[in-house]
Amino acid sequence: MLPACGDNMAAPVRIILEFGGGAELLFDGMKKHHVTLAGQEQPWDIKQLLVWIQRNLLKERPELFVQGDSVRPGILVLINDADWELMGELEYQLQDQDNIVFISTLHGG
Amino acid sequence: MPVQCSSCTEKRAVLKRPKTGHSLCKECFFWAFEEEVHRTIMAGELFKPGEIVAIAASGGKDSTVLAHVMKLLNQRHNYGLELMLLSVDEGITGYRDDSLETVQRNQQQYELPLKIVSYKELYGWTMDAIVKQIGLKNNCTFCGVFRRQALDRGAMLLKVNRICTGHNADDIAETVLMNVLRGDIARLCRCTAISTASEGEGVVPRCKPLKYAYEKEIVLYAYFKKLDYFSTECIYSPNAYRGHARTFLKDLESIRPSAIIDVIHSGENLSVRDSVKMPVQGSCSRCGYISSQMLCKACMLLEGLNRGLPKLGIGKPHRLHEKILSKQPLTEEEERKLKPAVF
Ligand SMILES: [Zn+2]
Ligand SMILES: [Zn+2]
Repeated sequence: MLPACGDNMAAPVRIILEFGGGAELLFDGMKKHHVTLAGQEQPWDIKQLLVWIQRNLLKERPELFVQGDSVRPGILVLINDADWELMGELEYQLQDQDNIVFISTLHGG
Repeated sequence: MPVQCSSCTEKRAVLKRPKTGHSLCKECFFWAFEEEVHRTIMAGELFKPGEIVAIAASGGKDSTVLAHVMKLLNQRHNYGLELMLLSVDEGITGYRDDSLETVQRNQQQYELPLKIVSYKELYGWTMDAIVKQIGLKNNCTFCGVFRRQALDRGAMLLKVNRICTGHNADDIAETVLMNVLRGDIARLCRCTAISTASEGEGVVPRCKPLKYAYEKEIVLYAYFKKLDYFSTECIYSPNAYRGHARTFLKDLESIRPSAIIDVIHSGENLSVRDSVKMPVQGSCSRCGYISSQMLCKACMLLEGLNRGLPKLGIGKPHRLHEKILSKQPLTEEEERKLKPAVF
């Protein structure tokens, strides 16, 4: 763990968000988004990211993407190409240049 | 905090398997997934050497993964199968035409012959035209019944010995639940079977090699292998009843990942008392397809479409079969009930 840096504001976090498997349809069909999250005192985690996505990116039918304070069951989340279940799920703290992928499994096969 | 692969203990794990809880790296996951499908195929004796097998291909994730894995296992384990792709064109503009492009790319990627059969050529109706007549109610019934027969007809044209479909564990668990909720004992008994023998004239044996594969793993397999698949919802209202069963199961799975397999096992282990009356399977007196009534469901639906009485095949209008076969006119009262709703 890095030592805490007092009450300095953390730098903004630049990340890449990707939506696939049909989840992109809730985002105007756009699969890839480069976003910058403003610097804040506490590090960004996935839980906060989901709120941010809902406020800033999600275009329609939010109930198909979020449920409670998590993603809707049936949406897979990958953090830097690894299953988020291995990475701490909602508590994972975002690092600069992270790649977060949301894939819907809810679409027909 | 990267987690190491619990199998090779060398590489970084990329997923946690819902079935076993194991954390695996990409290579170990691919191997485990493929060999599990292989074991399913061997345990169920799904194929015999020398058979011609049609893979029902929709361009979606399940059938794309199925085609990829079947091609790979056929070579790795010398099944001796001749594989081909079989697709159904329902005639849905902006949906099926796009997904068929995916199937055509799959055909080139996997170098497998492809046959496309269309509702238009088989029944004289596209889904677009059907929806125009009947509206957005019961359209999934038409589509489902027609697709089932279309695959059989396509398979007969190709002279294949067997069809394999991409039904995965989640699909089968959903179907078990839906049949419980509908009280459909006959379907409940059939829906967990991994393969069906030919049930009669015009019905090609089917099997489901992905029966025990979780949707999560299928999607991650496709993702990590960068397989080319199509994912859009059908433009004609999704099957609402299945949607509820699906959401319910996904909610259960998020609490207890084994829920999917547990529901399948419950379905498999149900036994029905001998005294329960089951429908007797015969054949349709018009087209010869398997049917427990005088006319099969597809012929009833088609008769309804062609007469402008779309509700003819919906519900249980068995009493009318005899009239229709002997070309007796329907009474005014009967016709009124079967007309499309006026808005
Ligand atoms: Zn490994
Ligand atoms: Zn028939």
